[in-house]
Amino acid sequence: MSTATLRQGSLQLIDAAKIRSRGALYVAEARIRIMMKWIVIIIGIAIANPVLYLISVGIGLGGLIDKSVGAVGVDGVKYLTFLAPALLAQAAIQGTMDETVYPTIEGFKWHKTFYSMNSTPLSGAQISIGVFLAAFFRTVYTVLLYFGVMWAFGALESPHAWLAIPTSIFAGASFGALMQAIAARLEDENFFFVVLGRFIMMPLFLFSGTFFPLTSMPFFLQWIGWVSPLWHATELGRYLTYGHAISSTMMWVHFLVLLTMLVSGVILSARIFTKRLAK
Amino acid sequence: MSESLISARGLTKKFGDFTAVNGIDFDVTKGESFGLLGPNGAGKSTVMRMVGATSQRNAGDLTILGKDPEKNGPQIRAHLGVVPQQDNLDMQLSVTENLYIYGRYFGLPRKFVKGKIEELLSFAQLEEKRDAKVESLSGGMKRRLTIARALVSEPEILMLDEPTTGLDPQARHILWDRLFRLKEQGVTLVITTHFMDEAEQLCDRLIVMDRGNIMAEGSPASLIKDYSTKEVLEVRFGSDRNQEVADKLRTMCDRIEELPDRVLMYTDDGESLLEKIYASGLHPKTSLVRRSSLEDVFLRLTGRTLIE
Repeated sequence: MSTATLRQGSLQLIDAAKIRSRGALYVAEARIRIMMKWIVIIIGIAIANPVLYLISVGIGLGGLIDKSVGAVGVDGVKYLTFLAPALLAQAAIQGTMDETVYPTIEGFKWHKTFYSMNSTPLSGAQISIGVFLAAFFRTVYTVLLYFGVMWAFGALESPHAWLAIPTSIFAGASFGALMQAIAARLEDENFFFVVLGRFIMMPLFLFSGTFFPLTSMPFFLQWIGWVSPLWHATELGRYLTYGHAISSTMMWVHFLVLLTMLVSGVILSARIFTKRLAK
Repeated sequence: MSESLISARGLTKKFGDFTAVNGIDFDVTKGESFGLLGPNGAGKSTVMRMVGATSQRNAGDLTILGKDPEKNGPQIRAHLGVVPQQDNLDMQLSVTENLYIYGRYFGLPRKFVKGKIEELLSFAQLEEKRDAKVESLSGGMKRRLTIARALVSEPEILMLDEPTTGLDPQARHILWDRLFRLKEQGVTLVITTHFMDEAEQLCDRLIVMDRGNIMAEGSPASLIKDYSTKEVLEVRFGSDRNQEVADKLRTMCDRIEELPDRVLMYTDDGESLLEKIYASGLHPKTSLVRRSSLEDVFLRLTGRTLIE
């Protein structure tokens, strides 16, 4: 049994100003540490996902489409080139969501770890932003891995293909921030997961102009694309990677919609965290 | 007059129409071990969360380390070590990692935290479990880890909400021993409990709470002196007869309490009271003379037992 070392005491040890400026980073550090426990699974998903999609939809379906449309192409390009920015953005959205929604519910409900973080000098807003930053980190490497697989598959025809990386990360961050705010308000998550998977994620993926231009859908379904970060990011990505024709106004619209989602998501989430922890 | 670290005046917390804490006053001075004793639902945890500078009060004044938690929550929390009623350790991380990330939340340098972890593992007797996942620990180990975690920042005040609830007797004794060492080091302790033996072991001074109010305040010994007699005679006549003999017993001493299974008789001399009972022709099935405890104080103050 070691004798107690000399106590300096928290009054000596702790630098409150440092915590005020870096608190969110401490939370992100802890979150990333937890994420690393699952790194094999995370990387596995990040690689298996694009491999499966590229083989089935990209090469399988794409080959069929390219043969039937001939030189005209889809939106003027090979199907895989058309598809790539959408798949990348979708992967970003899924990855960010996993890292915002689950840790948020876990922190408030399953293991109540946010309450232990909040009993330290960390504020609710710092916890919220820290969780988001860690999720952002995962988005970045998910997108990079996905991009690498696409490259290996020869799916990146355009020399500007890499420009889909920032647009995808942007989409992931925007949607992730909003979902984090929603998850922070949940009392009963079971119903939420049913709704999320079947009525939000699935339609967003299918009806956001992912596999075919949004305009080829009946008009009454096109609104799904308008509210979907996936559509906005895909449009931007297609413009940047192969020069998909959009007006400069629409470019701004896409950009501002994503930015609004991101900023409002982060602010809302920080507020909800603060309020819920102070109950 | 020693320095007051925590001062509450008219402290009130409401959840909707329900008043969880009803305008209470108390002070905790530096280096003392202060207890909140009361049954479940008395408002102890709510007080702890307000003193922990996370939950905001609805009325009254609260000063912790000279600051108002409503305005200076993070600055106050920087100097508190909090052990909540329910262990909220990170189940996905190992013992060491839990200590490490918690230390980082206080902005402590990596090197300092790493050194501190060794000291805390030894303090909590968890050296052999250092790399074990928290999920695999026993209840007592988790509790010790939560306490160790709260000490990583060398807090001025350590707050423990029901530190030994749910632990077996041996685990409780190990914990009490650890807490006693901290007390010896001059750490100010604030402890809630519904175990009277725990309060007697650990607290210099305590408040007895019931339904959001303070019923009494003092050291365990002075509370017993003020609200109970020196000894208690417990007699059992069988559950159907206790009631019947109660009226007769009532005339033999200062005060009696009828519990479902036994009758408690308050007196300064239990043995001679027992003789008196036999002399009157009554023959209890079992009898026991014991010293008064905080349980008796609580019973006297509220008419109810602590553990129902």
